[in-house]
Order: sequence, then C-alpha cells, then structure tokens
Amino acid sequence: MKEYIIRLVYVEMLGHDASFGYIHAVKMIHDDSLLVKRTGYLAVTLFLNEDHDLIILIVNTIQKDLKSDNYLVVCAALNAVCKLINEETIPAVLPQIVELLAHPKEAVRKKAIMALHRFYQKSPSSVSHLVSNFRKRLCDNDPGVMGATLCPLFDLITNDVNSYKDLVISFVSILKQVAERRLPKAYDYHQMPAPFIQIKLLKILALLGSSDKQASENMYTVVGDIFRKCDSSSNIGNAVLYECICCVSSIYPNHKLLVSAADAISRFLKSDSHNLKYMGIDALGRLIKISPEIAEQHQLAVIDCLEDPDDTLKRKTFELLYKMTKSTNVEVIVDRMIDYMNSINDNHYKTEIASRCVELAEQFAPSNQWFIQTMNKVFEHAGDLVNIKVAHNLMRLIAEGFGEDDDTADSQLRSSAVESYLHILGEPKLPSVFLQVICWVLGEYGTADGKYSASYITGKLCDVAEAYSNDETVKAYAVTALMKIYAFEIAAGRKVDMLPECHSLMEEFLASHSTDLQQRAYELQAVIGLDAHAVESILPSDASCEDIEVDKALSFLNDYIQESIEKGAQPYIPESERTGMLNISNFRNQDHHEASSHGLRFEAYELPKQTVQARIPPASLASTELVPVPEAMYPRESYQTTTVPSVSSDAASTELKLRLDGVQKRWGRQTHFPSTSTSNSTSLKTVNGITQVDGSNTANSRTRETYDSRKQVEISPEKQKLAASLFGGPSKTEKKSATGHKSSKPSSHMVKSHAPKSSMEVASEKTSVQQPPDLLDFGEPTVRSTAPSLDPFKDLEGLLEPTTQVSSAVNHSSTAAVTKSPDIMGLYTETTAGAHHKDSDILSGLSKPPMTNMVGGTTTMQVAQSSKGPNLKDSLEKDALVRQIGVTPSSQNPNLFKDILG
Amino acid sequence: MIHFVLLISRQGKVRLTKWYSAYSQKERTKVIRELSGLILTRGPKLCNFVEWRGLRVVYKRYASLYFCMCIDEDDNELEILEIIHHYVEVLDRYFGSVCELDLIYNFHKAYFILDELLIAGELQEPSKRTVARLVAAQDSLVETAKEQTSSITNIIAQAANV
Repeated sequence: MKEYIIRLVYVEMLGHDASFGYIHAVKMIHDDSLLVKRTGYLAVTLFLNEDHDLIILIVNTIQKDLKSDNYLVVCAALNAVCKLINEETIPAVLPQIVELLAHPKEAVRKKAIMALHRFYQKSPSSVSHLVSNFRKRLCDNDPGVMGATLCPLFDLITNDVNSYKDLVISFVSILKQVAERRLPKAYDYHQMPAPFIQIKLLKILALLGSSDKQASENMYTVVGDIFRKCDSSSNIGNAVLYECICCVSSIYPNHKLLVSAADAISRFLKSDSHNLKYMGIDALGRLIKISPEIAEQHQLAVIDCLEDPDDTLKRKTFELLYKMTKSTNVEVIVDRMIDYMNSINDNHYKTEIASRCVELAEQFAPSNQWFIQTMNKVFEHAGDLVNIKVAHNLMRLIAEGFGEDDDTADSQLRSSAVESYLHILGEPKLPSVFLQVICWVLGEYGTADGKYSASYITGKLCDVAEAYSNDETVKAYAVTALMKIYAFEIAAGRKVDMLPECHSLMEEFLASHSTDLQQRAYELQAVIGLDAHAVESILPSDASCEDIEVDKALSFLNDYIQESIEKGAQPYIPESERTGMLNISNFRNQDHHEASSHGLRFEAYELPKQTVQARIPPASLASTELVPVPEAMYPRESYQTTTVPSVSSDAASTELKLRLDGVQKRWGRQTHFPSTSTSNSTSLKTVNGITQVDGSNTANSRTRETYDSRKQVEISPEKQKLAASLFGGPSKTEKKSATGHKSSKPSSHMVKSHAPKSSMEVASEKTSVQQPPDLLDFGEPTVRSTAPSLDPFKDLEGLLEPTTQVSSAVNHSSTAAVTKSPDIMGLYTETTAGAHHKDSDILSGLSKPPMTNMVGGTTTMQVAQSSKGPNLKDSLEKDALVRQIGVTPSSQNPNLFKDILG
Repeated sequence: MIHFVLLISRQGKVRLTKWYSAYSQKERTKVIRELSGLILTRGPKLCNFVEWRGLRVVYKRYASLYFCMCIDEDDNELEILEIIHHYVEVLDRYFGSVCELDLIYNFHKAYFILDELLIAGELQEPSKRTVARLVAAQDSLVETAKEQTSSITNIIAQAANV
C-alpha cells in the first residue's frame, strides 16, 4: 500500500489526476506503524489543500498524534498541521500545539512555533492571546527554535510596530552575539555565523527602526559591525550585506552607515555577477529615497544595466528609474519605458509598465503637448491592458485642463489633442479603450476651435463606428459623439446636414440588438429634430465638467408612495429586516441555536438519553455545519454538567469521540481585538518644483563636462548623453536636496513625538537608558528612585505578598530586559547544565512582563481584565497593577499624587 | 514567504514540487509549464532571478536539475539562492554526491528532507547537522520497522517449513 501511495504522489507530481487515491492516503495516516503513517502524512500534505473536503477526516488523527509519546510522530503531525489545518479547524488542535511549545525536543518546539505562525497567517484572531508565547520562545535554549520564532514575530511586528519597540534591545543583542559567533558551529554556513538568522533579525530591525530615532540609535553599532564583518566574496555574505543596506535605508538615517551602504552598493554594481548587479540596483532603489545623490556615482553602471541583454535586470533598472524620476528627466525615462514596453509581449509586465508610464506622465509632465503624445503612445501599444480608469482619467484631464485657470492653455491642449487623434485615426488597428477616448474627445472638442468642420469630424466618427463594428462600446461612444457634434452645430444656429453614411449608420443602429445602442441612436434622432434653444439646454457646449446632481434618496417619488400607502398598499420593508423576520419565526421552536453561525463543533457528542425528546431536524438552518450537532435536547447548563461525568466514567468509549474540552469558550464568542496599526512613515522625497526645468539644460551640459574630465574616453558619447539627461537633475539639485534633507529631519522628529506612546513607556525607556548595565538585581534601585510616591501603595501590596513580586517586576521589566538580554545568547555557549537551567528560568520569567508593560494603558487593562478572577485578591492585585502604572509617571505630574499622599 | 518549490530537469520534466500556497491542480500544471518555458530558455550568464506574475522566481541549476523557488517581491533573493544551496548540500550529505537519479527513485526522501528544512514557506532550520540528525532518526525507525517485519516473516516461514 505504501508503495502505491508513493507512486500516486509521483503520478500527481507529473500533473495527472490522482484524486481517486486521496482517501487511501487519508486512511494511511490512521495506521499504527510510524513508517506507514509518515508516508500517509507526506501524501496527504502533497495531495490535499486546506479547503479540501477530506480535511475533516484528518483532524481526529492529528489530535491523537499530537499527543503521541514518540516525537517523530508528533513532528509528522505538525508538518501536516502546517499545511492542512484551516481556519475552521484551528481551535481543534490549538490547545495541544500550545502544550507542545514546552516539549523537551527542540524539533517539536520549533515546528509548534511554525504551526502557530501559520495559524496567525490564516486567522490572526485565533492566536492573538498567544503572543506572549512567542516572546517566551525567543529566549529558547536552542538557536533553531529562536530562529523559528523570528518568523511569527516578523509578521506580528509588520502589523503592529509599536507594541514591540521594547524588543529592539533584545534583538540587537541577539544579532550582536550571532555576529560574534557565539552560536554553535553547526549554524555556520560557508564560514558565516548563522546568516539566515542574521537576515531575519535585520529585517525585523528594519521594521522596528523605521522613522524611530531612538530605536534606530540602538542598532547603529551592530549594523555597522556586520557591514565590516561580512565578506563580500561569498554569496551568503552578500545576502547579509544586502539586508544590511535594506535595514539602513529603512531605519532613521545615519551618515556613517549610509556611507558604508553606498560602498557596498558600488561593490555590487561593479561586480561581474548579474545577481549582484541586480541586488545592487534594487538596493540603490531603496537608498535613493534617503540620499538621492548616491545615484550620481553609479550612473554609468545603471545605464549598463539598462542595456543589458538580461530581461530581469532590465526590469529592475526600470523600477529604479521609476523611483528616481523627476520633472527634469521624465521625458527620457518615459520614452525608454515605452520603447521597452513595445519590445516585450508579457502582458502582466506590460500592464505594469504602462500604468507606471501613465503615473509618471501625470505627475511630472513638462508640457501638455508631451503629455498627450505620451498617453497616445501608451494607449496605442498597450491600450487593452491599461486600466479603464486611466482612460477616464485622461478624458477628465483633457476636460478640466491641468488645473491652472488659464483657459487658452486648456483650449490649446484640447485642440492639440483633437489634432493628434485625427491623425492617429488613420492607423489600421487601435485598442478599444483608446478609441473610446478618441471618440469622446472628438465629440466634445472636435469642432470647438473651428479648425475642422462638423462634417469632417462626423465622417471620421462614422468611419470609426463602421471599422470597429463588433465593438459595441466603441460604437456607443461614437454615436454619442455624433450627437454632441450635431447638438453643438444646432445650438450655434448652423444648418445640419447629415452625411449619407451617417444616415445609413443610424438606420443600422436603430435596429440594433443592443438596447444601449438603440437608445443612443433614437436620442440622436430626437435631438436633431429639436430647435436650437432646446438643444442648447439639453447639451450645452463644454459642460462635461459640471456636476450633475443625483437624488439618491429618490425623494421625488415620495408623493407617489404616500398616495399608494393611503390607498392601502403595504410599506416597503428592507431586505435585511425581511429575512430577519423569517428567521425569528423559524427560531421559535428551538431555543438554543445560539447563532453558532460559523464552523464545526469539536466537543464530544453527549451520550444518548433514554427519554426520547421531540426531534427537530432543522436542516435548513444547519447549513453551515458539516457535522450534525444534536440540538435543543436540553438546556445548556445541564448539558455542560452531564457531559463531564460521562466522559470520566467510561473512558474506554471516549476514545472514538472528538474531545475538545475548554475550546468551547474561545470558540463560542470570539473576542476580537482590532489591531491598531499606525503607519507613520516619513517620506523623505525632495521637493522638486517645475521651476527647475529652466536650469536643467545648463545643468546637463555642465555635468557632461565634469563627467568627461572625471572618466576616461572609452565611454561612448551616446551613453554619456543619456546618463547626463537621466542624472542631470540630481547633480544640480544636490544642494537643494541637501536642504530638503535637513528640513526633513525636524519633520520626522515631529512624527516621532506624535507617535502614540504612553508617557509610561517613555518614562520607563528613559530609566532603562540611565541604568548602569550591570544592574542584575533590578528591583531595588528603581524602587528607591520612585519610593516616596510608592509608599502608600506598599502597604496595599503587602496584603498580596506573592503577587506584588510580579507586578513590581512588571514595572521594571523593561530595565530588566535591557540588562538581561546580553545574557540570552550567552546561554548557548554555556556548558554546565545547572547554571543553564537557572538562568533560563529567570529569563523565561522575565520575558513575559515586557509584554504587559509596553503595550501601555489599554492593553494592560485588557491583560488585567483577562487575568481578573472572581476572588477579591485578584481584583486587588489588578487594582495595584493599575495604580502602579499610574504611579510611574508621577514624576511628571506630582501634583496629582500630593493630594493622595497628604 | 516561499510560495512553492519546484525541481525540473533540463528537459522540462518535473522532479519534485512542493506548494506552500494554495494552487489547484490546473493552476499547478500551468505554473509549471510557464516557468519551465521561462527558466529553461535563459542563458547561462544571466542572473538567477525571474520576475513572474508580480512574484520572483529564484532558480539555480545543478547539473541537469533546476531548483526553483517562488517568493514574494520584497524577499531577499540572495538569501533564497542560499536556501536552495543549503537544501542541495543537505541532500548531498544524505545521499552522498546526490544526482538526479537519487531524486527520482527516492523522491519521498527528498520530500522528508525538505519538510525538515522548510515549513509553511519559511526556513525553519538553518543547521545542516540538525536536519541530518532528524532525518537519520526517522530512517533508523524505518530500519527497525523493516527488521521487525522481516523477522516476523522469517518466523512465519520457518513455522511453515516445520
């Protein structure tokens, strides 16, 4: 059987359908023999997706296997969990996986962490209460587990940076120790100490340090160290270097680091390897946001990459160019892009590059003429791939002009557009979207400047409608355009004579199958029949920008409704209410359905009762439930109490049941914590006004000269020219960008101070900085410093001896974390088991408090609430905790506490 | 995150696939066809990254086999390149100078090794030794299981003879 399944996997891999065998793979995982079971798990993970129907058959086995004594069985089950468990079945295995986090085997812990990470990706709310576990695992003895923990933490930090700022110091110290080769040799890779962990850590630091000066300052030394230590001869060394550059470009800028990053980039770009060039271009694109002047040194390398035969590299270079586009170099860049766009036939990328062209053209267009021409080119070559919105945007832009209140410029723009469109219409085949734009513009502005006669334009429009006779939208646009032109003619008092081909076209459309076309044709007919005054009010000239009011509430129908109701009609009931009423009537006979609207139940079925109750099979309502759940047998309370004894009494029979005690609560009402993600990214873009356009020409020539003197002659003048036109901007604007840089600094300061940070946190951070690093008995000094204000509460704390320890630890945890964290990695190198255990205990004890601390007011309240028990002591403890949080910032507003202190 | 791992031979034959994101069978064949067309035609001196449907595909050629991994756009390509190399090194250590035939006949073992290395699209174990140890532990279990069955069949055979 095992062999057959393996064959089946192979068959499936080759792309044939093997679904008939899936069920056998599922059966195999039930087997007792580990060998067969493992193969079964492998097959199942390869065959099934998480939303496959058979998943429900696997959950039970996974639950059993997660409890197995053999760690290999557990590992196999965890592998399957990572692949197969979906959102609905997470609660079924979650408690067991949390237990496995403390498994003695590191391989199991690691996989459990990864499983939780997967759960977090699938449904963040399901593991939101387990975040502290991740923090705890960060201090795991095994570097593998610690490395695995970085994955979920990275995701968590991506979503909510501010709650993890306290971990910066731990991350930095871990990174430092990794870089200093404090990990076991087994983690070295090509003479680099644990590079994969380094890269992950650098990614996390980049997130944590972005636009946060204080956090970034902690990182500068370690990142600088890594820059120095990385050997750029090996591939992996370059990978770490690249990650360093990314980190430097993301965190608060530091001059020294920027310089070394620029060095690394130039090394990348100068290398022969295409991979490194690619990475160099990418890194340059990141760094250019912070210091635009870097690009200047590498202009030749960039140009080389642009002309490289390698497509990937070319695209990356275009991405870079896109990032460094300014009004001075937009023409060159967009021209290049369009050229490249014409040469490829990969639709996906074509769409992307077209939309980029449009964006750049809209943003930096030096002149209207150029803009229209560029847009024409884009539409001509990639018209069907461009988002229809872009076309609408273009129409609006032509209608509204460029925002200046200069009417002559607008009309100039329009007439140039009309002219170019009439020219383009000669081309044999045009994309539909582009034709729509053309028709619209011709209809609206074709005759506006009096250059072209109405009959000429209408003739062209008729040609369009005939030539593209299978495109209804284009025809509709053409008809409407015709109508507009005739209307303008009539309104202007001129006599309208329809062209013969136009007549025949109308005949055709009047009998069209498309009702839309028909309607438009009839409208045209009607408009032509009207007199000048009426037409003027129907289709006023150049009114496309005027707003049309739409009465969404349909208030003009109110009278009619009133009338009907008076006559005895039923008032309208919204759909939601109607279904609600239906539900209520259905619910009447079953008192506890309790809106278990989604998902399955995993608790055991209750034992059958002798007395037969009324059967209610509500098939229609249980539509979301796959497992038939016996319902409404007896009230909830008795149900709960009866199951417990029954389970314990006949343990033998429970084996076959799905057992999931304790899940119900979490399952029943999902508490949803909305994660507040505040993005405060400071954009360091230098402002470049259009005023620079004037200086650019001289700038170009000047750069070319300086450039010549610097480099030798072997570069072709063409390239130089291109380089100068591309990079001319930056060289001239260097001064300006520098000032822009300066001015951006205070702004990011401001952002920082704006960042939502509780005063508590600030205070604790301050103290943590001031503390001497050898502060191992963390409790005392800080307490002494705040002692006077604490005194009255000390008495209160005395009442709860055991708990105060914890709460005071909470208070100073961040300091503790600071002083302790350097030891985390030291553990790995330690050999004596006794000391080992002791230390790790302390650490694991410590690793929890920072969580409660850093989240500040709101989350602490939540934590406190969640830990709040019914007994008095707990609530007292909570009270003390809350007060302590209130106490710490007392140095800032001492008046408040004077009253209490007396 | 790694979306999928793909091993294709120079002739375009699939040798191993592992999907970490959901793809239907139809999509899978399409992806494989598209990518093998894209990657196999690339010249030897070009870079090892390909942009594909807004994602990156990092590939590396070892003898006649192409190892491909598909990643998000903001991932570190060089790192993925090294992960591929890492995997190949582990395979090499396990099989002893691995070749395509090893993977064809023992592809399930290649899967087991991959499962120890990557999980849910992330690198879970950066240490070669740990991976080797885990795989060896599993293999020793298989050996004992085999011995048991063979001894049982021996006993049965003997019993039948007697």
